[in-house]
Amino acid sequence: MNELVFFINNVLISGAVIGSIYALGAVGITLIFSILRFAHFAHADLMTLGAFFAFFLTALFPAIGPALGLPTAFVMLPLAMGLTALTAVYLDKAFYKPLRAQGVKPIVLVMASLGVTLMLQGLIRMFMGTSSRSLYIDDRKGIHRIDVPFELANRPIVITDPQILLILFLVVAVIALHLFLTRSKLGKAMRAMSDNPDLARVSGINTQKVVTVTWIIAGSLAAAAGTLLSLDVSLKPDLSFMLLLPIFAAAIVGGVGHPYGALAGGFVIGFAETLSVFNWAVLLRPFRDQLWFELPANLAFVPTEYKITVPFFILLAILVWRPTGLFKGKVL
Amino acid sequence: MNMQWRTKEFGLCMALAVSILLLMVFMGSAYGIRVLVEASCYAIIALGLTIQWGYAGLFNAGIMGFVAIGGFSAMLLTFPVNQGFWSSDQASDLGQAFLKLLGAVVIVWAVVQLRRLSVPRSIRLPLLLITLAVAYLWVVNGFAPVTQAIVSQHGFIGGFGMPVWVGWLVGGILAGTVAYFIGHICLGLRSDYLAIATLGVAEIIKAFLKNSEWLTRGTLTVSPLPWPVPGAGEIGFITARALYLSVTAVLIVIIFYLLHAAYRGPWGRMMRAIRDNELSSAAMGKDVNQRRLEVFVLGCVLMGVGGAGLATFNGIFDPNGYLPLNHTFLIWVMVILGGPGNNLGTVFGAVFVYVIWVMSEPVALFILNTVSYLGNLWFAWEAPSDFASRALQARVFTIGLIITLVLRFAPKGLFPEKVQQYS
Repeated sequence: MNELVFFINNVLISGAVIGSIYALGAVGITLIFSILRFAHFAHADLMTLGAFFAFFLTALFPAIGPALGLPTAFVMLPLAMGLTALTAVYLDKAFYKPLRAQGVKPIVLVMASLGVTLMLQGLIRMFMGTSSRSLYIDDRKGIHRIDVPFELANRPIVITDPQILLILFLVVAVIALHLFLTRSKLGKAMRAMSDNPDLARVSGINTQKVVTVTWIIAGSLAAAAGTLLSLDVSLKPDLSFMLLLPIFAAAIVGGVGHPYGALAGGFVIGFAETLSVFNWAVLLRPFRDQLWFELPANLAFVPTEYKITVPFFILLAILVWRPTGLFKGKVL
Repeated sequence: MNMQWRTKEFGLCMALAVSILLLMVFMGSAYGIRVLVEASCYAIIALGLTIQWGYAGLFNAGIMGFVAIGGFSAMLLTFPVNQGFWSSDQASDLGQAFLKLLGAVVIVWAVVQLRRLSVPRSIRLPLLLITLAVAYLWVVNGFAPVTQAIVSQHGFIGGFGMPVWVGWLVGGILAGTVAYFIGHICLGLRSDYLAIATLGVAEIIKAFLKNSEWLTRGTLTVSPLPWPVPGAGEIGFITARALYLSVTAVLIVIIFYLLHAAYRGPWGRMMRAIRDNELSSAAMGKDVNQRRLEVFVLGCVLMGVGGAGLATFNGIFDPNGYLPLNHTFLIWVMVILGGPGNNLGTVFGAVFVYVIWVMSEPVALFILNTVSYLGNLWFAWEAPSDFASRALQARVFTIGLIITLVLRFAPKGLFPEKVQQYS
């Protein structure tokens, strides 16, 4: 049974956690893609930036969290989300909107977003250095050990506070986004604009407002994902680097321009990563005597140092077999 | 109009020549020539990018991956032979591992060919996935013990001891091969996908080169790589570097001439037609994706050659030295600042940006030291200990800023592409 617990800890929980992070990022990318029609490469840096905002706020008011019984960074999350959303809106005003006004090809916007990536990375490293930090300043990470009610299992299932908060946040965020897109006037305007921008404009939709709202949603989701991930692991400027490829893969796997697809894509990529670096020999070990071949010590599909190849190959496979993604994406 | 452009270009080139002269005077001519050699290698890489972006509008975000392949090939083919490894058992073991790889490829290929026997898709797909997984594990477990033995007993497999030009040529061919597969998958789709895929492939190439210690020694690095010209030990720094510079300069001239001929010929006109109006050129019967694949592969070949030249000149192959994002965009800045689609502008941009890039380090350090000295003097401010390494990140910020500003205010670069008008 210990093997099963190991599997739950290393695959189910960590897959769900990293999958939620990817999903939150991919939803933002897919929204920007469907409204503004370009791949926003600076998204992973918005995530890092959001985490750094949360870090600053935590450092400013370290006592709030313990008073409420929650991690301080989580209490500060709404503020960090707001700041990141504001940054995203102004980044758009400063760098993307003038290019859109000139009517450039979408690929030029992609390039501009890479320029923004470099600027954000440079700024973050300039002010924060390159070392990793913990988002817990005055409080400690709560770790829950759940004992499994079976004999033979003496190892507990381990789950941490930020992981629970992340899953809760994802559920709330998805429901809120769903209600927003289907019920509110602005959400309907967004969907209309993603279907046909010209038609949306002539039917009186304020497209500028829709663009702003898109950046607000994408920016705040990115900040939340970045903060919750750094709460769980640690805060590094390299964070964006590890996230960039998986979140794009998630958005494309789900079908670009399809928010629910992005959600599913995030979990597909997350679980694919954890399943492929998982050492299957652990699960097979109890059946060691029945096997016809000698069990190697390490039977992982991908060594951990090649983890980054997993989203890439999923991306390639999707591009070859089903370029519209699992859920038919609109724009291609 | 034409006259004005000529004076502007002439003025820019003169300014560049003056700044190179200043560099030589202040930093010594050995250093100055070194900067020029490196700039010339970057110019070859930038020419590769300018045909991808300027001629065909393809966005390659993984330049460093192809440059690293070039460097790797220069290392593998030209480094002296490791006799200890080739005379040991591991050589034949490694051969067997490669045979396993070949066998796995044949089996997978056979499963893919089941299509011809009209086996239904519902059977073929699971069968293919299972075969892939099993073959993959079989190959990986075949390689693991051999490569570990090689690393522990001989360090790495060593080079092939071939002439330098073979290494450069093979570097270009290898980079082109990788580009062919990536382009084959991505070029039929929206241009954003190529950007994402190349970004990923650069990461993977770097991860592979860094972690395959049996092949590249990984983080231990391989040096010294042999030079195509007599080294500094025989004829002195300045002469050796000047000879090397003449080799790369001849290469640039050849590439420049060929590209210029291609650009002015029917092929170049067709590429520009595809870039500027894909739909109408497709309607004229041009195979858009095939032409794009051509140009993408050709550009990556040049990147591989440039990367090989760079690695050979530095004399060291260090997989960690290739920073995918930052260095890739250094080359992007060279191209978009110089003028995409204008070869002369690209070479100008490469030398100009590289000189600035090199000079920015001492200048930045000087400013930093002044700032921390004055800060300490006036406000008793204690600079953090990693202040210098942090402040160098300002270069990354500057590259990003230049990219966004050039895109917005001078999208055609300093030397705009001159499209010939036929009336």
